[in-house]
Amino acid sequence: MLHELMTIYLLFFRMGAVTFGGGYAMLPILRREIVENHHWVDEETILDYYALSQGLPGLIAVNVAVFLGYRQRRLPGAVAAALGVASPCILIISLIAVFLKNVQDNPYVQHALAGISVCVVALILDAVLSLWKKGVKDPLGMTICFSILALSLFTRISPILLVVTSALVGIAAKVRRPSEEETAV
Amino acid sequence: MIYLQLFWEFFKIGLFAIGGGMATLPFLQRLSESTGWFSPALITDMVAISESTPGPIGINMATYVGCTVAGFWGGVIATMGEVLPAIVIVVAVSKSLEKFRGNRVVDAAFYGLRPAVTGLIAAAGIGVVKVTMLHLDRFRETGLLNDLFDLRKLLFFGLFFFAIRKFKLHPICYIACAAAIGILFAF
Repeated sequence: MLHELMTIYLLFFRMGAVTFGGGYAMLPILRREIVENHHWVDEETILDYYALSQGLPGLIAVNVAVFLGYRQRRLPGAVAAALGVASPCILIISLIAVFLKNVQDNPYVQHALAGISVCVVALILDAVLSLWKKGVKDPLGMTICFSILALSLFTRISPILLVVTSALVGIAAKVRRPSEEETAV
Repeated sequence: MIYLQLFWEFFKIGLFAIGGGMATLPFLQRLSESTGWFSPALITDMVAISESTPGPIGINMATYVGCTVAGFWGGVIATMGEVLPAIVIVVAVSKSLEKFRGNRVVDAAFYGLRPAVTGLIAAAGIGVVKVTMLHLDRFRETGLLNDLFDLRKLLFFGLFFFAIRKFKLHPICYIACAAAIGILFAF
């Protein structure tokens, strides 16, 4: 038990330590570690956790970590995952706050970060393609995906509203066309 | 007592800020006004530092504020305060989710949610593109497509994407490599 909690803690510690940006930037590493290396859940489940996390209070990265930790080892797993994802930040930010107040002005740091952000876009694109394959299965799914993409790029509608609406669209579509229920997953 | 206050303030943020790290910003602004613990200008610094260090932005900002106000343990306590409500809420949701798994309405809701989240993640990616690879201000001045795109970065983007699809290495390998390239070519 303790050994497994340690595994969960260290796994999310690594994710917290190498995620640049918000919760969504964590997805490529999450997918690699959780889906491909450890086989805890499949990609659809991770998508479900992201959807729920977006609509719940709290930080998306922490919420997703807690969902996964809880699924593995109940409450102790949830706590281990949350602490894991938070620990590296506490260490790094404390160092910066105390010793390196102007680290963001350092030219080497800026160049490295500019390079990293180019790479992060490529990683996110790779993740999106794989999610598309798994989660978007019919014309309605494509319509939802592109509408949400356009709405979140060009309007200031809150993502929570977008997520809730999509859930309602899903429910409405399934209720209106019960013949599709057998084929749906 | 400052630690208790820090914990309580960030507990409230963790409880009410819906929608991720950036959603905590308005709460931090109000916190700055109501307590005077830090100046509003510090929030801008904080966003810059949080984005330029690893880790989810929301946690970074909580730690930074806590640290500024009450040292290392302040940072720890602020972060714990912000994370605690998430643990309680997500565990509760997980429990009811298990109960309703296989429920028609819940499954139908997820059927709509999966493509929506795919779209949201794509939008997050494009948001990064806008900041890193496009020079919108320069394009507005000159109107030349040449000035809109940062060709060097686009080239590296293409290379990275090709490598990611082809070699399937751990994402950390690409991130480390990208940091080195960024420094070498002075991005």
